[in-house]
Amino acid sequence: MGIDKKQEVHTHKIGIYLWIWGLLFVFSFFSYMVDYMNYQGLLRWSLIIFFMLAKAGFIMAIFMHLYWERWAIVNVLLWPMTAIGVFIAIMVAESYYTFFTRMFYFVVGS
Amino acid sequence: MSQFDIEKLPKGPKGFMYDWGSDQRAFKGVPWGKAMMWIFLLSDTFIFSCFLISLMTARASTVVPWPYASEVFGLTVFGTSVPLLLIAIMTFVLITSSGTMAIAVKYGYEKNRKLCGWFLLATAIGGLTFVGMQAFEWSKLIFHDGVRPWGNPFGAEQFGAFFFMITGFHGTHVSIGVIFLFIFSRKVFRGDFETGRRGYFTSMKSDYEAIEILGLYWHFVDLVWVFIFAFFYLW
Repeated sequence: MGIDKKQEVHTHKIGIYLWIWGLLFVFSFFSYMVDYMNYQGLLRWSLIIFFMLAKAGFIMAIFMHLYWERWAIVNVLLWPMTAIGVFIAIMVAESYYTFFTRMFYFVVGS
Repeated sequence: MSQFDIEKLPKGPKGFMYDWGSDQRAFKGVPWGKAMMWIFLLSDTFIFSCFLISLMTARASTVVPWPYASEVFGLTVFGTSVPLLLIAIMTFVLITSSGTMAIAVKYGYEKNRKLCGWFLLATAIGGLTFVGMQAFEWSKLIFHDGVRPWGNPFGAEQFGAFFFMITGFHGTHVSIGVIFLFIFSRKVFRGDFETGRRGYFTSMKSDYEAIEILGLYWHFVDLVWVFIFAFFYLW
């Protein structure tokens, strides 16, 4: 920690945290309503993903202060996430293949 | 003491090139403890991603219907059944504790010892409430509904294994966070960061930076819950 100890630390007004807190409440309420209203299909999935990413983005940017961090660390933290995206794509293909073979052998028999 | 003035360094993409191309250290203005916490959280992100991706794989490849979470986790209140009621309350409790944590970090950096301590304590109590409700949820599922890792009355057999694994791992994170929140609220109330009292385990002096590092962990626990809520309970 040594070097930074003497530096003035910049803090933010309490309002921004209360605003984000309120926004997270609203987003959570809406994502709960998606289930309560029993939306199905593409509408359900896109709404769930949208509210999820909005909440995650606000938590990381404001609560975890990533918005104010230097790009050196922000890039180190966010680029590895693309590997997760690639992994998801691979496993989607894999699970459809598994499903296909299961259905195929249930019908044809082994 | 400081060898550079953080405000005068280039920012944005240029700052990225500058920091990584410079001598000594890449993460300028980031205490080592904070950098290590971020790297730990990055690795934890991969662990939780693997859990959720395997959940996706199991759900997408099973030929048996997946249990409908909306009904499995529904509660009956005054004769009417409300879907996901307990999960919704748990979500709000965890978000609230995340909000109080952010405020505790702010008061910590302003050296407002008492308010920082109180908000840390509020965060700890929020986390404890969350774990308590999760214990209720688990016991309801195990003893009332008879859900087991190898089977359940609602549908696909993998459901129980994924439920216990994912929420259990998250609950463990919350519990560890609660323990540290209580420890650190005691340290703050006692004034350890002002008097330079050394930590019991680390035998090092600490600073209000420690509260931000603890805050990063706690917000991460909330962040993971956002994804579990979306993919396990809502999907």
